[in-house]
Amino acid sequence: MSEKLLLLGDEALALGALHSGISGVYAYPGTPSTEITEYIQSQKGYKGRGVARTYGEPPVHCNWSANEKTAMEEALGASYAGKRALVCMKHVGMNVCADPFMGSAMTGANGGLVIAPCDDPSMHSSQNEQDSRFYAQFAMVPCFEPSSQQEAYEMMSGAYDFSEKYNIPVVFRMVTRLSHSRAVVQPHEARRQNELHYPAADKARQWVTLPVNARVRNAQLVKDYLTFEEEAAKSPYNVFTDGPDKSVGIIACGLGYNYLMENFKDGCPFPVLKISQYPFPRKLALKLAEQCRTILVIEEGQPLVETALCGVFPSGITVKGRLDGTLPRTGELDPDCVRKALGLPERQGHEACKIVVPRPPALCQGCGHRDFYAALNKALEGFDGARVFGDIGCYTLGYMPPFKSLHTCVEMGGSITMAVGASLSGGYPMVAVIGDSTFTHSGMTGLLDAVNENADVTICISDNETTAMTGGQDSAGTGKIERICEALGVAPEHIRTIVPLPKNAAEMEQAIREEVEYHGVSVIVSRRECIQTAKRHAAAKAKEAKTQQL
Amino acid sequence: MKEDLILAGVGGQGILSIATIIGKAALGQGLYLKQAEVHGMSQRGGDVQSHLRLSDKPIDSDLIPHGQCDLIVSLEPMEALRYLPWLSKDGWIITNTNPFVNIPDYPGMEEVKKALAATGNVVAFDADGIAKGMQSPRSANMVLLGATAAKLGILKPELLREGIRSIFARKGEAVVEVNLKAFDAGLKEAGYE
Repeated sequence: MSEKLLLLGDEALALGALHSGISGVYAYPGTPSTEITEYIQSQKGYKGRGVARTYGEPPVHCNWSANEKTAMEEALGASYAGKRALVCMKHVGMNVCADPFMGSAMTGANGGLVIAPCDDPSMHSSQNEQDSRFYAQFAMVPCFEPSSQQEAYEMMSGAYDFSEKYNIPVVFRMVTRLSHSRAVVQPHEARRQNELHYPAADKARQWVTLPVNARVRNAQLVKDYLTFEEEAAKSPYNVFTDGPDKSVGIIACGLGYNYLMENFKDGCPFPVLKISQYPFPRKLALKLAEQCRTILVIEEGQPLVETALCGVFPSGITVKGRLDGTLPRTGELDPDCVRKALGLPERQGHEACKIVVPRPPALCQGCGHRDFYAALNKALEGFDGARVFGDIGCYTLGYMPPFKSLHTCVEMGGSITMAVGASLSGGYPMVAVIGDSTFTHSGMTGLLDAVNENADVTICISDNETTAMTGGQDSAGTGKIERICEALGVAPEHIRTIVPLPKNAAEMEQAIREEVEYHGVSVIVSRRECIQTAKRHAAAKAKEAKTQQL
Repeated sequence: MKEDLILAGVGGQGILSIATIIGKAALGQGLYLKQAEVHGMSQRGGDVQSHLRLSDKPIDSDLIPHGQCDLIVSLEPMEALRYLPWLSKDGWIITNTNPFVNIPDYPGMEEVKKALAATGNVVAFDADGIAKGMQSPRSANMVLLGATAAKLGILKPELLREGIRSIFARKGEAVVEVNLKAFDAGLKEAGYE
């Protein structure tokens, strides 16, 4: 037996993938998914080119991709080549890679392909609560949803085996509370990587999704989806446990099961159907409804199972859950809201303390974004119609006091293109603020639009040379930002680089104002390394110097 | 036996190091453990908390239910008060009294002290002051861990000392010693005999 490990849910998933013989992880950082890739990078041997593996195999690829779409496509290519691959991302990354993801259901998988989106109910660090199980259903692919760290580890090999058995990508749905919670995990033996092998002759056609092939494949996929449901009905991850009290039957999905059991230390008195594999097996729900006239659905995220039950049951069966208000319609579940749904008396702690005030996150003291926003605010004084379109990253905190600089923030890359659209609609001055990593993720194509339109916009790239919000991962454009802008067609004299430091305040303000007054596309690159990564780099350098002295 | 802790503080203060050492000790004892952490945006100077559950039986929820928390351990006095609905009626608060003021509307310290005292079982002391007094300002969290050890039944102080030794071992014997000293100072502060 291998040694027991104390792992985050993300780390357990990553180790499960490594032990399932993946040849690569493909990802863009995003809370709460980042630690999956970082765990694989932290394995011995990683030098920016991959992890050295046992069995003398090639290293596991684990460099960051430019965005979730490129990550998904790279992983699909690896699957085409017969290798097992993992794609991971935060939930909204599924929107970015939706095109290749939906396409992957049509091509199918050759080597095992698992897509692990990490959802963020309650929006701890996100802009919405979208539930990735809907994506799996939408694409007609199976979905696994672990309820513990041990399951996150173990179900990974189940997901890869399923993927190869049915030549289908599998979604492996995580949520923040599992991604970022630690528990003891017992690992098993590692599997070898796959040999290079291309799709078999009878599966080769479906990789070319011309209508003539896609129509055939689509019909097959619809049939396969019924088989996946049959598989889910007999899956070891979907467990029925009978109970003596038939007043309610409970369907508990993923983490919902834990919150249910937390309320019954001596075992749940009601019949319970624990769900961790989809498509939702309607057959098992019907079995539950033979015993119970009321069904309570406890699921983390949006009401997927609850809506799936519409029209499944004979009349006279009541379904309760998030839609009828038995559980809150939004936000993550917890033991207390589940307790209330079960009709149990509320647990009493101390009274909430009235003097406690919120402590929202803020930009670090000494951060370059601060100096940039101070200069931007000054430069825009006197321009009544000025609007600043923000983007996703630490610098979104420029919305908060004391800066209050931003008017919008929607999704990755939206700052540039929204500024273009607003400018083309007559707005002036229209300014975009975007980080370096977000710019290479989804901003470059928007800048090309701006250039082709000769839009009257000022694009500010607040470049801290890292992907800072998620903890300082490599940024794809480091050292290339000005050249990218120039290559996309921005006039070199309107690409201005400034260093955001208090001593440069006047100079920065002047540069921004000049470019705002220029009626065309201009780019301000405000560049200073993130103080968090700068500290780390300085410490590493000092350590290296010390070692050399010894 | 089970014990539920909420570790509280402000992003960057180091509550996760406390959790790491307790986790190490619990793993060594073969205990079950679940520890929910906060990563991401809140780490930028916002309020952060970690639910840490220890038990000799399997644990279901990663989150502690209301009224079930045995110990609130906080590196910041107002942050200790944020989680009162989770604290059981006979639970304890172990908190640093040195405020971290990075917001304009931080309540008056007298009010904060009064609210802490009103909860009943409180060990409140200046962990930063003690750490500074030992020429090791970065060990305030180990002082707090020491005070926590005084109230923790499921893990004996010696096991946590071993945890400190193994976590800091790669930084050298001097660092281990400083942190053990800080731990013992906290233990004493909480009246452990």
